[in-house]
Amino acid sequence: MKLPSRKLFIPYFPMGYPTIETSIDVIEALAKNGADIIEIGMSFSDPLADGPVIQQATQTALEQGITLEKTLESIAILRDRGVITPLVLMGYYNPLLAYGLDRFMKRCRQLQIVGLIIPDLPIEESGELRAELEDIPLIQMIAPTTPNDRIAELAPTAGGFIYLVSITGITGSGNSFSSALPNLIAAIRTHTSLPICIGFGINSTQKAKEMGSMADGVIVGSHLIREIGSSPAPAMAAAALARQFRAALDH
Amino acid sequence: MKTLLPSKFGLYGGQFVPETLIPALIELEKAYVESETDSQFQVEFANALRDFVGRPTPITFAARLTQACGGARIYLKREDLCHTGAHKINNALGQALLAKRMGKNRVVAETGAGQHGVASATVSALLGLECIVYMGEVDIARQHPNVNRMKLLGATVVPVASGTKTLKDAINEAIRDWVTNVGTTHYLLGSALGPHPYPTMVRRYQSVIGSEATQQIQQITGRNPDALVACVGGGSNSIGIFSGFLTSPEVKIFGVEAGGSGVASGKHAARFGDPSKGRVGVIHGTRTYVLQNADGQIEDTHSISAGLDYAAIGPEHSMLRDAQRVTYTNVTDDEALEAFGVLCRLEGIIPALESSHAVAFAMKLAPAMRPDQTILINLSGRGDKDLDTILAIKANQP
Repeated sequence: MKLPSRKLFIPYFPMGYPTIETSIDVIEALAKNGADIIEIGMSFSDPLADGPVIQQATQTALEQGITLEKTLESIAILRDRGVITPLVLMGYYNPLLAYGLDRFMKRCRQLQIVGLIIPDLPIEESGELRAELEDIPLIQMIAPTTPNDRIAELAPTAGGFIYLVSITGITGSGNSFSSALPNLIAAIRTHTSLPICIGFGINSTQKAKEMGSMADGVIVGSHLIREIGSSPAPAMAAAALARQFRAALDH
Repeated sequence: MKTLLPSKFGLYGGQFVPETLIPALIELEKAYVESETDSQFQVEFANALRDFVGRPTPITFAARLTQACGGARIYLKREDLCHTGAHKINNALGQALLAKRMGKNRVVAETGAGQHGVASATVSALLGLECIVYMGEVDIARQHPNVNRMKLLGATVVPVASGTKTLKDAINEAIRDWVTNVGTTHYLLGSALGPHPYPTMVRRYQSVIGSEATQQIQQITGRNPDALVACVGGGSNSIGIFSGFLTSPEVKIFGVEAGGSGVASGKHAARFGDPSKGRVGVIHGTRTYVLQNADGQIEDTHSISAGLDYAAIGPEHSMLRDAQRVTYTNVTDDEALEAFGVLCRLEGIIPALESSHAVAFAMKLAPAMRPDQTILINLSGRGDKDLDTILAIKANQP
């Protein structure tokens, strides 16, 4: 991925929440109202890198009958509706293994998926999946705890964008971003020209603006789920939120 | 980054964790490796096992149980006599000493039956560490005496209401805490599970059971046992005692999983016993056999024993099973309850419901063996914590 001309707005939303049909509408609304890339959540029973909001949303999605197969079918529906926004899939490794890595990657290519985020798959364990990736990048996470020598190892071989974790913690938590962020960004930049996008804990347009001024884009998950999930008209709420974040990042 | 020690057991194990935790695992492995060659650390650990835990634990000949079964002579390795009432303290002590060595003054732990939580709270009190224990709400209800013990010992018990509200969810929550507080906190994982180096480190700290038992059984019977039996939840008591006998091919080794209401009922925790659901996957940082549905979602499990009520098994057990060095089997809740009662009445020992699974299988094995043969059971813990569960079942019986 090349450096963008505008700050990237990357919403995360789990397919199947609050229902499968509604999640398709929500993602379509995000796509049509300013999202540059959409990160679609593939639900897992044991999401150990996620905070309570995403835990509950993905649990609800599972109760609604979402499966990896249905997630992929729902993406096909989005493509049929004319959604051409680049899509990234985020999920834990076990459901992919159960589905079959080669079969999964074949479907990803059919659906023009542009990247995968697998939070429990560090580079050391990724060989088996990398063998099936072909041109779809495995997006690398870098955390405030990642030392410089490891950044030097991770960043040059990364693809898509760099997912910079803003806090030492889980998704949706905390108010204080790591004070190490500017130095981390500088360190990553010496090793890669990929966009650097910041995620975890961005729960307002102000924070998005603040993070966007440091990096190339922001990933917003728990905040959107909370707002969209509590709205009587989820797709309309998604459209309004996307426009707000778009405006905050553009001005 | 290459690990200092092998991170896998054949196809199993590894480090399937978020990037945030990778530096912590590197730091932990380094500290563990250094401590293994630090004689001062080793002396401190050995002394505390002797003076605080009360090791060595004896091996007891179960004369009346042997007579009742009418076959092989049955011996019990008495981990129930450890301070705090189970083998869990061996590992908790080792890891707490290591945490202190790393300068981490806060530990988080998960617990199912509460035994590991009590052990963690105990060693934290001993060494002056802050201790947070995550425990599923379902387990809090069925193991309430242990919750009170943890609180008396100064630990904070955090109820976990997510997912199935049992051990699996307590591990998720402990990992989330660790991710958030990784700079100050050690995750005191209680079984031979999780990402490398935990399975290796936990086996090492539990191997004291096996090294004592090999010597003791030689002294008592003049040779190795013909059969060795231990229950397997995550698999720490079993790997601890197995480690002493794995290279002795004459010893048949049995790991006993929780058969719950019977494998056919679907309500169980028999990872190896149910090929329709127990398949190789990745959970809690490790690749191993795990009970899952066709979509790769982790299955709910059932066992009367909270300590065995877990969907995955330690990765080394998966390797030992593939290599056919250990035979894994399971017994039902009812069989474990029966064995619990038998051991109480015939031997004057109240076993933990976890350990009762091992006793139940040994009771099946013994009658088919000759009187000159021997069975060694790892009696991993005592059953005081289970009295509420047992009494509730008795009250419901006609």
